[in-house]
Amino acid sequence: MNARHEPMLPHGPEWEFEVLEQYDAVIARTAAEFGLDTYPNQIEIINSEQMLDAYASSGLPLGYPHWSYGKAFIRHEQSYRKGYQGLAYEIVINSDPCIAYLMEENSLTMQALVIAHASYGHNSFFKGNYLFRQFTQADAILDYLVFARRYVMECEERYGTEEVENVIDSCHALMSYGVDRYRRPQPHTAKEMDARREEIAEHERRQFNDLWRTVPVGRSGAASPVASGGFPGEPEENILYFVEKFSPRLAPWQRELVRIVRKLSQYFYPQTQTKVMNEGWATFWHYTLLNRLYEKRVVDEAFMIEFLHHHTNVVGQRGFDQQGYHGMNPYALGFAMMQDIRRICEKPTDEDREWFPDLVDTDWVRTLDFAMRNFKDESFISQYLSPRLIREFRLFVVADHADDDMLEIDSIHDEHGYRRVRRMLAEQYKRENLMPDIQVVRFDRDGDRSLTLRNSIYRGRPLRDEEANEVLRHLGRLWGFTVRLEAVDAGGRIDGFREWRP
Amino acid sequence: MNRLVDRRLNGRNRSAVNRQRFIRRYKEHIRKSVKGMIAERSITDMVKGGDVKVPAKDLSEPEFRYGSGGDWESVHPGNREFLSGDRIPRPDGGGGGGSGSQGGPGESVDDFVFTLSREEFLSIFFDDLELPNMMRTAVAEADDKRLVRAGYVKEGTPSNLSVLRTMKSALGRRIALAGPIRDDLERAREDLEQARQADRPAGEIRGLEELVEELEARLARIPFLDEVDLRYRHRVAVPRPASRAVMFCLMDVSASMDERKKDLAKRFFTLLYLFLTRKYERVELVFIRHTDEAQEVDEEAFFYDPQSGGTVVFSALQLMDEICEARYPRSEWNIYAAQASDGDAFGADPAKSARFLHDALLPRTRYFAYIECPDEHQTGSSRLWVEYEAVADASRNFAMRRVFDPTEIYPVFRDLFRKDTAGVAA
Repeated sequence: MNARHEPMLPHGPEWEFEVLEQYDAVIARTAAEFGLDTYPNQIEIINSEQMLDAYASSGLPLGYPHWSYGKAFIRHEQSYRKGYQGLAYEIVINSDPCIAYLMEENSLTMQALVIAHASYGHNSFFKGNYLFRQFTQADAILDYLVFARRYVMECEERYGTEEVENVIDSCHALMSYGVDRYRRPQPHTAKEMDARREEIAEHERRQFNDLWRTVPVGRSGAASPVASGGFPGEPEENILYFVEKFSPRLAPWQRELVRIVRKLSQYFYPQTQTKVMNEGWATFWHYTLLNRLYEKRVVDEAFMIEFLHHHTNVVGQRGFDQQGYHGMNPYALGFAMMQDIRRICEKPTDEDREWFPDLVDTDWVRTLDFAMRNFKDESFISQYLSPRLIREFRLFVVADHADDDMLEIDSIHDEHGYRRVRRMLAEQYKRENLMPDIQVVRFDRDGDRSLTLRNSIYRGRPLRDEEANEVLRHLGRLWGFTVRLEAVDAGGRIDGFREWRP
Repeated sequence: MNRLVDRRLNGRNRSAVNRQRFIRRYKEHIRKSVKGMIAERSITDMVKGGDVKVPAKDLSEPEFRYGSGGDWESVHPGNREFLSGDRIPRPDGGGGGGSGSQGGPGESVDDFVFTLSREEFLSIFFDDLELPNMMRTAVAEADDKRLVRAGYVKEGTPSNLSVLRTMKSALGRRIALAGPIRDDLERAREDLEQARQADRPAGEIRGLEELVEELEARLARIPFLDEVDLRYRHRVAVPRPASRAVMFCLMDVSASMDERKKDLAKRFFTLLYLFLTRKYERVELVFIRHTDEAQEVDEEAFFYDPQSGGTVVFSALQLMDEICEARYPRSEWNIYAAQASDGDAFGADPAKSARFLHDALLPRTRYFAYIECPDEHQTGSSRLWVEYEAVADASRNFAMRRVFDPTEIYPVFRDLFRKDTAGVAA
């Protein structure tokens, strides 16, 4: 127990700014005790209407104007007004400083919970996790959003709202295919490129020999990718990137719009890959930090009871046959796993010693920190989900196969099932499982300029037909020439084919 | 370090622009809904706004997604009864893939319903941009004036005197005029004092004393209040719409006026009513229907009560005149009228009506519109039309149009008020 005695924090249902500052200061000190490394915090108080606004633009404080955000706003507003849906207590932006929005309606206890959750939990995750470190520039995102908004609005003024909307609509249709999952090599600067070109020209000049012209060209020459129209050499999974770089029809401003949407998609990419971990981590830390406050006796029982009430609501997991079941609750799963890792470090059982020899008897703070930094949902689950949790959640795998008119229980929480359940749950968070694998395979640069995408069919799962045609139409609009989508089955045979012509 | 910011006051309604985008994009749907609303509402309810339904299908944003089919495994919590290898029937609608928590199907396919505000409703009703022009025209017509404060002036009646302003300028003037004199006076007094202490000759002291006296006298002569200080509150007359208007709806309800024609008339009446409510604080409606005799009725009966009989237009005009005389003196009310008919009129009636319109009604109305809804394939002019045409040529506040189709109502309406703009400008 901490030797220093801190005075009791003010309590009661109503909050005030000075009180929030006191809470924040105490929570910050407590977080530092556990070595949480965070960006500076900016905590903003907003009202429910502003929260709805933030919702509508997927949590970003400054989106560009688009009708789909209006639709989202109307939808959220309605279900909120009718009471179908409560609002999130908080929204947090992955930026430096880390901005957290707190709703004014929250009680003091809620505000403390949210500060611990967002400003210390999520914040340290944003700063530490490898995906966020790799793919988002926290210090630049707000500036970029401002730029994007202004740019879109300028384009609207210059080229008309409709024109701009068309491009953005088409980009949105391909938004989930606007992501680099691995880092691209740094592009060469113009200077380097010039130097390289000169070098090549110089080399050719020196090597020039008119005799070569008389040598007959071998057949093998036609196999080179460029000569056969086989561009790109490697399939490209970032379709928006390809469109931005190579679309024959786009005007420069349209290209910039594609880029803006692509950048946003990229910004959201780490969040889609770390939902369980991110929420689990934040929930774990608000739980741990606030409990620590209670241990220090700076908050009282009333505070804890209210806090635990909210906390329990957040981490509840309904069974598959219960009303309101919407699949795994990432808060519940994430929180349970983080707690479980701590338990394995501190009080391992024999089973844990067998399953997690590397974890037992280590320092839980460091072990958790390592897990937070180096995994995403898929790998985190396959690495850390323990048999004990599988039993606690009573997880089971249902197999739904096209050639079987019944469902089959594949495995359950027993000795034979643990590994399989764990693998299947991890797979469920894999990107390939959530969206079809579609990549650019051919751009007929020297011919009719058509673009071909390939859908590698994964375990016989077809695309949604009409929707796929719609998306293809959008792609066609961006590309300006014929676009095709071929479906290829596991054996490499072409299984389906669609085409859009301008 | 950490910062706590109160954002509650700024940036409310940031999504308003996105909402507008949304409405613009689904204007066709919304317009259809609005059209439906027009049909089922009464004229006075028209301005309320209302629910608009857009089919979910039209709203979806497409993406490449898995459809149903193929092989799937999904993990669920809360197993109590199953063992590995158990086989269970597919739940309903189980078309394979995406059962359970997979990101596949399972989105609701409900229609998207949302509420239009009154302003949004009106703006779609009046089709956006045209309205402000019409409003200006309308205001130019109204010749009621109202006095509003417009600063201060130097001339005016004593009752408008602004004491505060007057005292302020008096004070300023006194300081400005007295300043130099006061300086001189001070210097003169000092000189006098020095002269006395130095025992200068009496003549010199006398001179200085006189100077001091003179300066004191000059100071005393500066008036406390002068003519130039006076400030009066200024008021200017600005035109303002008279607060009350009455709108007469006259309609032929004889057998030849079928539902289609009545619907056309209703739309036109509605437009005029909406237009007037934007201009006047209070608008009363008077419904006069006529066959061979005229009756004042309520809205329900006006539009929906079937009647049969001949047609005497004159009776309706006469009744309107009587009602005006009895209840709506011209000095207090702005009188508007819209008449709808299919143009059937017989015998001496058309000529008599036109004359009565021109001599008795037009002088007391601000604006009288006649809408003719002939049979769909009718060509040539009705007799009433021919007679009214002469009136239209002779008067500025009378306009007439023919309407065949609901889609023409709005253009015609606009056209009527355009014409008026030109008339006012001329």
